[in-house]
Amino acid sequence: MTTSNHPDHLLISQVSIDFPTPKGPFRALDKVNLRIEKGEFVSIIGHSGCGKSTVLNIVAGLYQATEGGVILDGREVNEPGPERAVVFQNHSLLPWLTAYENVELAVKQVFKGKKSRAEMKEWIEHNLTLVHMDHAMHKRPDEISGGMKQRVGIARALAMEPQVLLLDEPFGALDALTRAHLQDSMMEIQSTLGNTVIMITHDVDEAVLLSDRIVMMTNGPAATVGEILDVNLPRPRNRVEMAEMPEYIRCRHAVLQFLYERHGRKEASTPKAKVAAASADEESEPAKGNVVTMSKVTAKAA
Amino acid sequence: MNTRQLFQTFAAPFLGILLFLAIWQVGAPKIVTSLGAVPGPVQVFEQFEGLLTEHQAARQKEVDFYQRQQERNTETLKEDPNAEVSIRPYTGKATFFDQILTSIVTVMTGFVLAGFIAIPLGIVAGLSQTVYSALNPLIQLFKPVSPLAWLPIVTMIVSAVYVTDNPAFDKSFITSALTVLLCCLWPTIINTTVGVANISKDLQNVSKVLRLSWWTHVRKIVLPSAIPMIFTGLRLSLGIAWMVLIAAEMLAQNPGLGKFVWDEFQNGSSNSLGRIMVAVIVIGLIGFALDRGMLFLQRHFSWDKSLALR
Ligand SMILES: Nc1ncnc2c1ncn2[C@@H]1O[C@H](COP(=O)(O)OP(=O)(O)OP(=O)(O)O)[C@@H](O)[C@H]1O
Ligand SMILES: [Mg+2]
Repeated sequence: MTTSNHPDHLLISQVSIDFPTPKGPFRALDKVNLRIEKGEFVSIIGHSGCGKSTVLNIVAGLYQATEGGVILDGREVNEPGPERAVVFQNHSLLPWLTAYENVELAVKQVFKGKKSRAEMKEWIEHNLTLVHMDHAMHKRPDEISGGMKQRVGIARALAMEPQVLLLDEPFGALDALTRAHLQDSMMEIQSTLGNTVIMITHDVDEAVLLSDRIVMMTNGPAATVGEILDVNLPRPRNRVEMAEMPEYIRCRHAVLQFLYERHGRKEASTPKAKVAAASADEESEPAKGNVVTMSKVTAKAA
Repeated sequence: MNTRQLFQTFAAPFLGILLFLAIWQVGAPKIVTSLGAVPGPVQVFEQFEGLLTEHQAARQKEVDFYQRQQERNTETLKEDPNAEVSIRPYTGKATFFDQILTSIVTVMTGFVLAGFIAIPLGIVAGLSQTVYSALNPLIQLFKPVSPLAWLPIVTMIVSAVYVTDNPAFDKSFITSALTVLLCCLWPTIINTTVGVANISKDLQNVSKVLRLSWWTHVRKIVLPSAIPMIFTGLRLSLGIAWMVLIAAEMLAQNPGLGKFVWDEFQNGSSNSLGRIMVAVIVIGLIGFALDRGMLFLQRHFSWDKSLALR
């Protein structure tokens, strides 16, 4: 972790958001506070639907916080911009452009007038090589695998030279092998470039392996930061060596404990709670929300 | 391809047509109208040949006319170099094939003009809720109106507004083309709007993060995503336009295939029914060809070539 003379590189301050719903405003986040230093790798972990993507979207400027705000290097964030590049949950490449052209669109936008045509070409190719996609640069998204698409998405974000890289479950939909591979490249890239990274994940091991700090969120509605865990593991990190380190095991345990013991889903923790959930529709508790989260959990497990 | 597929792709359509022709040939003579028995396919084909010879004769006449005019003029000039020679255009009766050409040119003119208006409007309406709200009531109101109902209004307005000493286009042509335009407008606007409004949220977010300019956003994201819907609208429009044009030509006596049909009907000779049937088949074939042409264009313009288009 690099310490800079700018302690408040990225500041998320008292962020709350209400989504309008037919039944009135729905408070998804309540007073989220987070201070992130330059070059830090922060993971956000929490149960499905708690509001992780919402936090990320607010930092990206795609959503506007109802209360509070985000400050990046002393300036308030109120619209999206390339200095906060996002790798979306489902890659979001333009299907009609090749991998190269997808990155080119971003590069042209960011470096217009700053790089020559040849420099841009080199820069695009450099970034695709960084994610090991140089062999399939001129293929369209429907001609490459899911892992490759995700890599192009990462290359596109990196090519924008963002101050903050925002990753929304970047490896979520991938098989274990590809995922491990991309996690390693992510660590490698981050150590060379030193970007600030915020990554959302569902995967405890991924969070521990990659992060300097892990932000654990409480369950929604009105979710907020529950606990922040420092991961004091040396870099570069090797996944096989890490697995046996006491610090790794401690962190892993701490996250699991937070997620499943202290903030476990009611309906999944005890049989008693299950009964409570089943009778929920007779009570004032929003039954629909429970059904949705239940199905999400089973989908994840499958 | 196995035998079954071979049969389905080639033999089955051929058999279908053959069966249709057979029923027609057998059934038609049994119906006797005031203009004689309904012609069968063989008689209709004979009429087609007749129309072809008529057309060739008319062309020959035109060539002869210009040749005579030229000869006459050179002679006059030889006698008196200062003489005023008149060059008059040939004004023969339009043949069946002239009418086909007129109809195709008319429908394409109206259709292309409509595209130039409807696609940009659709894009703007798809992007801006305000424009959509402003436009929607008008579209909903005018969409169900048969373009033929517009015909009298269009005719009157064209007569009133289009007054020049030396018109580049016939009034009848403009009236027909405008009628086509009016009926192409709505399906194209509606489909374009829907296509543009349904661009994936993710791609819109990409565009926002990249801070793409309005124009780049339209070019790189909106148009490629909306192309399939735009073409759906265009193909729908062209299909309707072709049908409407024939009817409009019949109704307004504007040159074209519709007028040909109407004239033959009024003519009431023993050849008329056969000739009308030739026209009907040609109208069908052209409609089919127009649709295939649009499909071809769509294949050319859409990024996803693997898409099964029908
Ligand atoms: N645009 C929106 N309008 C209304 N409600 C929304 C909107 N976006 C998110 N929400 C609600 O806010 C809550 C948090 O959603 P969010 O997408 O941030 O969850 P998440 O933690 O990213 O979940 P997952 O892990 O499944 O991606 C959910 O209850 C969701 O229903
Ligand atoms: Mg999410």
